Amino acid sequence: MDRKEWPLWEVFIRSKNGLDHKHCGSLHAPDAKLALQNARDIYTRRLEGVSIWVVRADHIHASDPDAKPEMFDPAEDKIYRHPTFYKLPDEVDHM
Amino acid sequence: MSTTRFDYVLCLADNPLILGQRLSEWCGHGPVLEEDLALTNVALDLIGQARLLLAHAGKLEGKGRGEDQLAFLRAESEYRNFTLVELPNGDFGRTVTRNLLFGAYQLHLWEALQRSRDSELAAIAGKSIKESRYHLRHAVDWTVRLGDGTEESHARMQAALDLLWPYTGEFFAADALDEAAAADGFGVPAGSLQGPWEDTVRPVLGEATLRIPEPTPFRSRGKGGMHSEHMGHLLAEMQYMQRTYPGLQW
Repeated sequence: MDRKEWPLWEVFIRSKNGLDHKHCGSLHAPDAKLALQNARDIYTRRLEGVSIWVVRADHIHASDPDAKPEMFDPAEDKIYRHPTFYKLPDEVDHM
Repeated sequence: MSTTRFDYVLCLADNPLILGQRLSEWCGHGPVLEEDLALTNVALDLIGQARLLLAHAGKLEGKGRGEDQLAFLRAESEYRNFTLVELPNGDFGRTVTRNLLFGAYQLHLWEALQRSRDSELAAIAGKSIKESRYHLRHAVDWTVRLGDGTEESHARMQAALDLLWPYTGEFFAADALDEAAAADGFGVPAGSLQGPWEDTVRPVLGEATLRIPEPTPFRSRGKGGMHSEHMGHLLAEMQYMQRTYPGLQW
């Protein structure tokens, strides 16, 4: 018998107090509707979230792990890009 | 009157209790990991509903029986669940078909019980209706997919419906207990749920391209305590722990 695997979906959950959806795992489902239902059953059993996104894993384009040196290392010694060198007025103390 | 209320709530509790036990048999056996979890989530919801109802029944009875005693220490003929929910799971399609037939019933039952004059029962209905709405959604989705799916899945779904449909007659059969509970403003007359149930179920079966079986004079009698041959086996497994270790607490 010809057995086809269901496609893989990546699941993103927004928690009650969170602003952004965070990646929490993946699952198999035949389509988006069932992927959402399965995500609800698998990833929100312990009140983890109030909103779910699912994305077909093959629709995600990822950076090449082998290209890590040229992609990310150049930022390493550019500490001045962090905003910690600015002197803030006292009134905006807690930024 | 308090006996009527006790009996009525016990009836309400036994359906989710027994179906929850059946569905929990899927644990570790689902067709895929995702559906394994979905079915056992439904089972846990149903057992949760049964626990609330059994605890409430115990209070109404006032003899100090708690949820464990009512769930695990009654004799077979004292269980008042519909025969439908005690039947073996069969394949995934049959399990889904039963969840559709029973889930639609349970949804309309909770809807009506939210107006019970027993505020505790109304509160249980209000909490449970959200769960039942999701159970129905899951069952509807799979019924349509499998019914209107491949030749193989359609044939299995039609066989499941042919087998299970006659057991739904019991849902709406007039019953002295229901009448008394309804007259009290406490419960719902069984027959009043038939219209809304059919309005929910028929379009789904239509979309799933499944044929509804011809009416038959067959009536199951689980609610009256007359169960199928499957009930004894189910209870043996369900009651084993509490009977072997009386008073065991989790």
